[in-house]
Amino acid sequence: MSALLDVKNVRVKYGNIEALKGISFTVQSGEIISLIGANGAGKSTTLRTISGLLTPVSGEVVWQGKPIHHMKPHDIVKLGLLQSPEGRGIFANLSVLENLEMGAYTRKDSKEAITKDLENVYLLFPRIKERLRQQAGTLSGGEQQMLAISRALMGRPKLLLLDEPSLGLAPQIVETIFSIIKKINSEGTTILLVEQNAFQALKISHRGYVVETGEIVLSGKGSDLLVDPKVREAYLGG
Amino acid sequence: MEAFLQHIINGVSLGSIYALIALGYTMVYGILQLINFAHSDVYMIGAFIGFYSARWLNVSDAPGYGSFFSVLFIAMIGCSILGFTIERLAYRPLRKAPKLNALITAIGVSLFLEYSGQIVFGATPQVFPNILEDSIVATFGEVRVTKFDATILITTFALMLILRHIIQHTKLGKAMRATSFNGPWASLMGINVDRIISMTFVIGSALAAAGGILVGIKYPKIEPLMGVMIGLKAFVAAVLGGIGNIAGAVLGALIMGLAEEFVVGYGASTYRDALAFGILIIILLFKPAGLLGKFTVEKV
Ligand SMILES: Nc1ncnc2c1ncn2[C@@H]1O[C@H](COP(=O)(O)OP(=O)(O)OP(=O)(O)O)[C@@H](O)[C@H]1O
Ligand SMILES: [Mg+2]
Repeated sequence: MSALLDVKNVRVKYGNIEALKGISFTVQSGEIISLIGANGAGKSTTLRTISGLLTPVSGEVVWQGKPIHHMKPHDIVKLGLLQSPEGRGIFANLSVLENLEMGAYTRKDSKEAITKDLENVYLLFPRIKERLRQQAGTLSGGEQQMLAISRALMGRPKLLLLDEPSLGLAPQIVETIFSIIKKINSEGTTILLVEQNAFQALKISHRGYVVETGEIVLSGKGSDLLVDPKVREAYLGG
Repeated sequence: MEAFLQHIINGVSLGSIYALIALGYTMVYGILQLINFAHSDVYMIGAFIGFYSARWLNVSDAPGYGSFFSVLFIAMIGCSILGFTIERLAYRPLRKAPKLNALITAIGVSLFLEYSGQIVFGATPQVFPNILEDSIVATFGEVRVTKFDATILITTFALMLILRHIIQHTKLGKAMRATSFNGPWASLMGINVDRIISMTFVIGSALAAAGGILVGIKYPKIEPLMGVMIGLKAFVAAVLGGIGNIAGAVLGALIMGLAEEFVVGYGASTYRDALAFGILIIILLFKPAGLLGKFTVEKV
């Protein structure tokens, strides 16, 4: 079976700094894949490259058999790849509802379909509904994360890219967020998850990749990585 | 008291013209962090498009709202195209270059338009066609509202309502606000940031053209350097209100218009133009972010 997303030997530079030194991995339809690794490993760079914000110096990003690494970010969104970026990417000067509308920006289907998806988002995150008219910048960190995920869902992603959704959140909210990610996946959305919280991420992932200084050093099933001694030592506190 | 009221009317009328121009500065700055020095020259070209289109329509001596609105419409369309082209040819290729490069290019575009204007339109001032005739439309005691001032006020007010509607309620406006908050994030929503930037130039330039026509009817002497001083004042107005902030630009422009009118009205007309610089120095000293702006450190 050919992969939904195939990242092939991708190298990315910031000026002279080589942040990705030939990264390869695949995402199959229906999976949750996690990329785990320490600060500065190149996880966010990988997501930015997939979304077209960065262009690789060599290698390919192939989406459903078609190379996309020379496409513009807004065209990649149209293919169904939506990203909730590092730092959540909330438009603080827009209302919560307007942020959700921006998620649906490229959609050409009816208002009713969009309204229906809004209702789905409210079911997942009831708190969002109570705050629709509020400026998004006034939301708490946890609420902003919920909004960031909801907003990406409004674009009806085929692949949802999440960059550290648990960052800076209280443990209870982290639990909620991960269970919702799992739920979104069970409803049919493929997910590529970047996390420093390796334990939570691997627990819900089908497969995972460990990134270290711009390279993939280990990969395997989520459940196998969870008990892998190297992973345990480096990312799960022994 | 009546003199005071008269100054208020005149000041608001002048300020609303500054506002039309200030909006273009502030919108472009909000999205690109670029001070588009060529904006004041787009305003000048707007006045000249008015001049030539009145001839072409054969209404140079046919005052009336029909003539006024047709000329206004053509100038707005013409300047939209001009603004779009300037962005496309001069600024877009520099999108990834340091900000300073774009700034210097903006000065270059401004000079290019001014001196091309002198070649094409001639350096001597021209009389703006008589497309609207002044009269007194209302009097309150000694206070008089002229047809020109009423037209200026109603036109700018209507344009600002339309702008407000676009920015607050349309998909384009929401995308403009998202892009001005963070361009890369906006692109992750599927927003074509280049198109949004183009539209920002189009809208800002159309408003500047309206300013050019309104100035043309009220102070009917136009020349290729007419944008320099008024552009500077509009820019100061945008800074005063908090550059990047749309409501701020309107507020700053009204304050500028009123301040200027009162300085002139109470006998200090020599200081008319110096006032703008005075205000600029005071804001930069005491409130560098402007009245409604949030102060952010410039990342270079
Ligand atoms: N804009 C940039 N300019 C220069 N270097 C950068 C830039 N962004 C990231 N880098 C460098 O690239 C490397 C990878 O960064 P990246 O943000 O992808 O790491 P990460 O795995 O997401 O880390 P974290 O877990 O801290 O978010 C780091 O060494 C970083 O310093
Ligand atoms: Mg990161």
